[in-house]
Amino acid sequence: MAQLNPEVDHLLRRAGFGASAADMETFRDMPLTGVLSYLVDYEGRPDDVDQRIGRPDHAQVSSKDLFAPDIDIDDARQRWMFRMIHTRRPLQEKMALFWHNHFATAFSKLTADSGNLQAAKMLAHKPVALRGPQGQLEIFRKYALGNYRDMLLEVAMDPSMLVWLDGQFNTRGKPQENFGREVMELFTVGVGHYTEPDVYAAARVFTGWNLRESVGYSDRDMNAYKEFVYNADEHETSAKTFSFPIYTDGNRTVPSRGVSAGMQDGYDLITALAVHPETARRLARKFWNFFISEIHEPDPGFVDAAANVYLQNRTEIRPVVRYVLTSPWFNLPEVRYARYAWPSEYVARAIKEVGWQNFSLATVRAPLSNMGQLLFEPPNVGGWPLGAGWFSTGTMLARTNFAATLAASQKEMLAVELERDGQTPQGLLTAMQARVTAAPFDAPPQQALMSYLLAGGSWIGSDSQLNTRAAGLARLLVGSSEYQLV
Amino acid sequence: MRISRRLFIRDGVATVTLGLAAPSFLTAIAQAQGLPSRRLVVVYLGGGNDALNTLISYQDPSYYSRRPTIAIPAGQVLPVGTDAAGRVLGLHPRLGGLLNVFNEGRLALVQRTGYENSSRSHFEAGDIWGTANPKASTGSGWLGRYLDTLPRPLDALAAWNTSAETPRALLSGQSGVPAIPNGSTYTFASPNRGSAAVQERAAAQQMTANPAPGRPHLALVNSTSRGALETLDRVAQASTYTPTIPYPNTGFGLALKTVAGAIVKGVGSRVYWVQTGGYDTHAQQGAAGGAYGNLMATLGDGLWAFYGDMRNTGMLNDTTVVVFSEFSRRISENGSGGTDHGAAGLMMVLGGMVRGGLHGTAATLAPGHPTLENSSGDVHYETDFRSVYARMLDGWLGVNSVPILGGDFRAAAPAIF
Repeated sequence: MAQLNPEVDHLLRRAGFGASAADMETFRDMPLTGVLSYLVDYEGRPDDVDQRIGRPDHAQVSSKDLFAPDIDIDDARQRWMFRMIHTRRPLQEKMALFWHNHFATAFSKLTADSGNLQAAKMLAHKPVALRGPQGQLEIFRKYALGNYRDMLLEVAMDPSMLVWLDGQFNTRGKPQENFGREVMELFTVGVGHYTEPDVYAAARVFTGWNLRESVGYSDRDMNAYKEFVYNADEHETSAKTFSFPIYTDGNRTVPSRGVSAGMQDGYDLITALAVHPETARRLARKFWNFFISEIHEPDPGFVDAAANVYLQNRTEIRPVVRYVLTSPWFNLPEVRYARYAWPSEYVARAIKEVGWQNFSLATVRAPLSNMGQLLFEPPNVGGWPLGAGWFSTGTMLARTNFAATLAASQKEMLAVELERDGQTPQGLLTAMQARVTAAPFDAPPQQALMSYLLAGGSWIGSDSQLNTRAAGLARLLVGSSEYQLV
Repeated sequence: MRISRRLFIRDGVATVTLGLAAPSFLTAIAQAQGLPSRRLVVVYLGGGNDALNTLISYQDPSYYSRRPTIAIPAGQVLPVGTDAAGRVLGLHPRLGGLLNVFNEGRLALVQRTGYENSSRSHFEAGDIWGTANPKASTGSGWLGRYLDTLPRPLDALAAWNTSAETPRALLSGQSGVPAIPNGSTYTFASPNRGSAAVQERAAAQQMTANPAPGRPHLALVNSTSRGALETLDRVAQASTYTPTIPYPNTGFGLALKTVAGAIVKGVGSRVYWVQTGGYDTHAQQGAAGGAYGNLMATLGDGLWAFYGDMRNTGMLNDTTVVVFSEFSRRISENGSGGTDHGAAGLMMVLGGMVRGGLHGTAATLAPGHPTLENSSGDVHYETDFRSVYARMLDGWLGVNSVPILGGDFRAAAPAIF
């Protein structure tokens, strides 16, 4: 990827998952603004990535039985990783990953409630594959750059969320606080901008937002499903007063309504939270950390500006992300490689850059788990511990060991593709570093890489030497600290 | 939701410089620091443990009236006697192993631990238990500050975290803690074999030795990687351990087995961190059985195996386990057969030198009673959790707790040693 200009490389790492050799052909002659538009305005290109699953020139998937990504969670994980690697809409998948962390929902609790099949379906069902509502991930893909208020509303009615945060049990007699709290603490305004009485009031707002089962429902029937239902009889109808305005006139009280109109309570609260200035600022700070830097504190000017774009565009995300990616901060040289790669980003980029010949994406399940990011299994509703929190000795070993697995699997392909450059050790090193793009190496680690190539005796460029050293070099680069930064 | 790993750096990036020693000195340092020595195993119950169903005030009529479906029937609790306020108490029926430890006088139950204005947010509360400062949920942790008091260079395995990420309690400006969930996968892999693999490991070692001046984020990853490379061989030794007692096949049981291996093989870590999740029981938690019963079985069976293994190997008198959670839960059950976020909870301390028994007093659950707070929705704290920390530091680890905790909490500390 280093063959492209540094600004394009940076943009593709942050708003995508890096660039494969094929991507480089696509972007080679494109100006920065063209690449930006390609990424942000992706809807002109068909969402066709799933149709390429199984093609021999792509990464492979494998399964015990028939590949069933709508009802088997490990197959769903493979499909998502395939999308990250091969999509022609990288920013859509990148944002889906962002929202998955933001609305972090874990398979394990769903499975305890509804069994493995239904739990996978609730998270990953692609619409119309089977009967029943779409999976949560498809909400995140649909609204990747869509309207935040609308997404929040769909999330509040999403069956997996209703199981995850116990909304399915939220009834008039005993309001359930779990979703009511987290919708404020984590999905919108954040700690410090709501009170404990607000939590009780929010719980009451969503009373009756429950689930119902399809006729003849069974956990094991792939065409059975659970779906959102507004149980009017279970809605608590008294007025609910908050510590912040619910309506544009500043009124803080959701009025008492009859049960048949009671769903409006939830619409009103979700709208109020979505347009709350602290939600705008919180999202702006999260976008700073995701797209610009985890090393530099969010610039107050950036937070104000991005929050304003969000509010002025009535909670549309696309203008905000476009603003972020074109803001003066995005292209500051010091923010390049100033973010720690999430494990899934790291794995996707490594596969794109090193290669995927005969590589099955089933292979990445255990490594991703050991790195601390099994998809669809965030540790809790707050999402994964980002930034430096990804790194411990155990997770770092999991990263370097994945680098070894990947390099071993691509050994012969690398030896063939790098045969010409591998006439000299310097040629091999240069070619591999153009392919596997890490943050710049200081002189001592750069010397260590060269010493490694020469450690086996004088360079003759034989097949066996290339076979060994090219894979070892790929392992050292992908496993380097410099490569953990994006 | 499950809580297990959210105690970490959410407020930006820590620029930790690890004080790791070169590998050849490690064993010598470990010896110089006094092997064998006392060690502390910290067990975190993630999600907010429902303490009222762990240690049950089974003669309090309000316990039954406020928990009509999830109360443990009086006939099923495991009686442990009467506390200083005359409340009659018993353990959850799935804690049979802990009852044995209690009856041996080696389990201290410290009731109503917490702090004023208890946070009901998992993340903020978890951070507060980590920093040991109710007013600050960011910054270093109390165990990290303890590690900072140990002589330099610090042994890379001075502490051992069995979870994948570093909890705030272990965060420090000067002392890195390796995360080793499973010793058998804590190994170096290479695409090659023989001398090429050896040369690759040497190259990785040289690359990560770069202090990366002016690039603290890169330095952090380098030091983490270096910490891994430098601890591989000792961890491999610890993972050869065969326990004297079978451990339950749960994540918690296996983590405790890993700890036991490190202890018995003489790794010399002073602090071990173990966590187990699933305590955020908002719905369908059950009573004696069900989800909460399973949590209690996982906890009790794991600790009982560990306790027995430590005794069989002669390690018990140098080992203390402390169990905590970020908060307890509401007194009244909710409409989903579960409980929402509450306040003061229960700390448990066990080990060969622990003075067991009932410490502190249970709340009276009748509405309006002064032992309650939040319109009698929650239990108010009686013992500041920092005073328990203080006793761990002064009475067990042998350091002055005052600078570590940023205050003197010794006077009110329960007499658990």
